[in-house]
Amino acid sequence: MKARILIRPKQGILDPQGQTVERALPALGFSGISEVSVGRLVELEVDEPAQLEDLCERLLANPLIEDFEIQLPEG
Amino acid sequence: MRIGVVRFPGSCDEADAIAAASAVAEAELLWHGRTDLDGVDAVVVPGGFSYGDYLRPGAIARYSPVMTAVAAFAADGGPVLGICNGFQVLCEAGLLPGALLPNNSLRFICRQVDLTVERTTTPWTAACEAGEQLSIPSKHANGRWYADDQTLAQIEANGQVVFRYAPGQNPNGSLADIAGVCSEQGNVVGLMPHPEHAVDLLTGSADGLKLFASVLEEGASVPIS
Repeated sequence: MKARILIRPKQGILDPQGQTVERALPALGFSGISEVSVGRLVELEVDEPAQLEDLCERLLANPLIEDFEIQLPEG
Repeated sequence: MRIGVVRFPGSCDEADAIAAASAVAEAELLWHGRTDLDGVDAVVVPGGFSYGDYLRPGAIARYSPVMTAVAAFAADGGPVLGICNGFQVLCEAGLLPGALLPNNSLRFICRQVDLTVERTTTPWTAACEAGEQLSIPSKHANGRWYADDQTLAQIEANGQVVFRYAPGQNPNGSLADIAGVCSEQGNVVGLMPHPEHAVDLLTGSADGLKLFASVLEEGASVPIS
């Protein structure tokens, strides 16, 4: 099955990428947008999704600085 | 004494590390695919962009076969020095505390910085004096050392901060101006700036030689050409 893994900078850690994107918005005419944060998306095909947690902790994310969320197809 | 310098696909500072190590000892390259360290007495994990820095700097290199041998060598008290990307690899491997985040400026920075030596009881700083300042080039995009509050308090209390950027010279937003840390035992040291690029007065500073001289012999005098 296809799985999506969202990897985000941990809350409270300075995210200069998100800040830089946010600072660019007013010049483009966007308003009312805040708390911009930039992370990573990993998509993969997996037979045994139970192993994804371990994969995330050991390789795809660094738990010291990032949170991850595994999304599997419903049903 | 023989110093081994690891080479990953994408390393680029291993030749300078070999040259710096050769100033004080014999030096040899250790290809990342090997599972032993050829009996070397000290290991340098050099700078560069191992595996293209894909995913996160050091994330893939830490699983290279040679890193299992480096971890065992470190656990036995062997001296290991991680420079820049090597520091990132050692943090990812859990051999050093914390992690390296993108510079707060989001820019690749390349400049000479002064480092204050905070701890001299490591195999890589024994030839330095506490509080001494070293002039060392710094060049990286992901050098903002970070740890959570509890880890930071713990490593400060344990004396695991080895180098700090001199006041006002922190180039990347690193916590507490930390430029380099060591393991609990002190034998594994990592830093973002590049001592292997500061080994000849012709290029501005030979202060980096002190790290290599340290590993040769505690308190060894530094040969400056």
